[in-house]
Amino acid sequence: MQTIILNNKPRLVSCASIAGKKENDGNMSEFFDAIILDGRYGKKSWEEAESEMQKDAAFMVLHKTENKPEDISFIFGGDLLNQCMGTSFGITKLNIPFFGIYGACSTFCEGLILASMCVDGGYGKKVMCTSSSHFCSSERQFRFPLEYGGQRAPAAQWTVTAAGAALVSDSGGDISITAVTPGKVIDLGISDASNMGAAMAPAAIDTIKTHFKDRGLKNNYFDMVVTGDLGKFGYSIAKEKLKEEGVDLSNRFYDCGAMIYKEEQDAHAGGSGCGCCASVFSGYIFDMLKQGKIDRVLLVATGALMSTTSAYQGNSIPSVAHAVSIERVRK
Amino acid sequence: MNMSKKQYKKYVKTKVTKSPLFKNMIKAYITGGIICTAGQLLNDSYLYFGFAEEQAGTLTSITLVFLSAFLTSIGIYDKIAKHAGAGTLVPITGFANAVVSPAIEFKDEGYVLGVAANIFKIAGPVITYGVIASVVSGLIYYALG
Repeated sequence: MQTIILNNKPRLVSCASIAGKKENDGNMSEFFDAIILDGRYGKKSWEEAESEMQKDAAFMVLHKTENKPEDISFIFGGDLLNQCMGTSFGITKLNIPFFGIYGACSTFCEGLILASMCVDGGYGKKVMCTSSSHFCSSERQFRFPLEYGGQRAPAAQWTVTAAGAALVSDSGGDISITAVTPGKVIDLGISDASNMGAAMAPAAIDTIKTHFKDRGLKNNYFDMVVTGDLGKFGYSIAKEKLKEEGVDLSNRFYDCGAMIYKEEQDAHAGGSGCGCCASVFSGYIFDMLKQGKIDRVLLVATGALMSTTSAYQGNSIPSVAHAVSIERVRK
Repeated sequence: MNMSKKQYKKYVKTKVTKSPLFKNMIKAYITGGIICTAGQLLNDSYLYFGFAEEQAGTLTSITLVFLSAFLTSIGIYDKIAKHAGAGTLVPITGFANAVVSPAIEFKDEGYVLGVAANIFKIAGPVITYGVIASVVSGLIYYALG
């Protein structure tokens, strides 16, 4: 079975998010823990600013849970930059054993899966996961310089400037990670880098279907099934195809990328990046869970696994989606 | 999902909004036209002030390149180009923007490995194939006497 049931019910104790100015102007502003108004965050490069955001998100989780860095067994972290420099340069100051992970925009869920499996298996009492993305550091790596005058396609997405961190522990609170589905890499031949939603939708569909099938769940089991960053086109493809294949999620289905920005913010199909799912979950969705407004969430972060090299060599975009089931359990 | 790559690509095409081609073309036509008219105006002005035809042409290019480099550096050029598309890309202004924008972007990596190494990152292919095309046309010109 592809889905792993976590019998010891590791708890998702706390989350923290930090986001940029454009995100603050969007739909989620009231849920972020901190906002950086200056994209450079007082640093001398965009990459350093991203690292600083990720470090701050991690420290905020430590502060919220009254933990010290030495209380944490491991940290799983990743971002979009080459060799995960956004993460490793930020995490340095934490002095916690570190696993660097790369799952493109699915990194946050990949980290949550690994962290919860570590805790469930008894290998760590408190395990953290972090991820981040920064519009400016991503643009220069994957696309064009910021001041270059180009036009963006309607299906293009806007890399979210944000970082999120979460703490998984063997005890504390009533929000638990009950099951996880690591996704398979799926490639249905989409090679247009400005239409990543369509490239990632098949991976999201496959993982969601597998999760429901493996656990024998009814379509209305979750209050929210939230994909990471399919954007509005990828979201509508996933919604339609899931319905066709028997998983009709109707108004329980959401997408972080489609939710984060307002229509007038000119983000085209919506947000993307590791920070998109990380900040929307750590802010908005975790807040709703904590307040008791919802009890069951399936978080499905989606990642387009292309590189600049693979794109130049004419390859299509392989994608992955990882699902994490987060539910309220009895204390 | 039971779909072949071909079927999926076809399906995606029906779901995704295409770029507004006609609207983009009109906008490109107008802005491109404005830039060219401005160039003509500059050229005529230089001629009026007594420059020779060749000098006036060179000065016009220099002025347009300077203006687009200036607008790029103060963060305005990309905002115009977002609407203008090929209208700002095709004239010499687009070339200036393609050189200045990476120069600004890669300053973080220093003046040698950053600015100098990356300044022609976007314009490089244009220069390469421009030189090749000029050699080929030169050979043809020579062969035809």
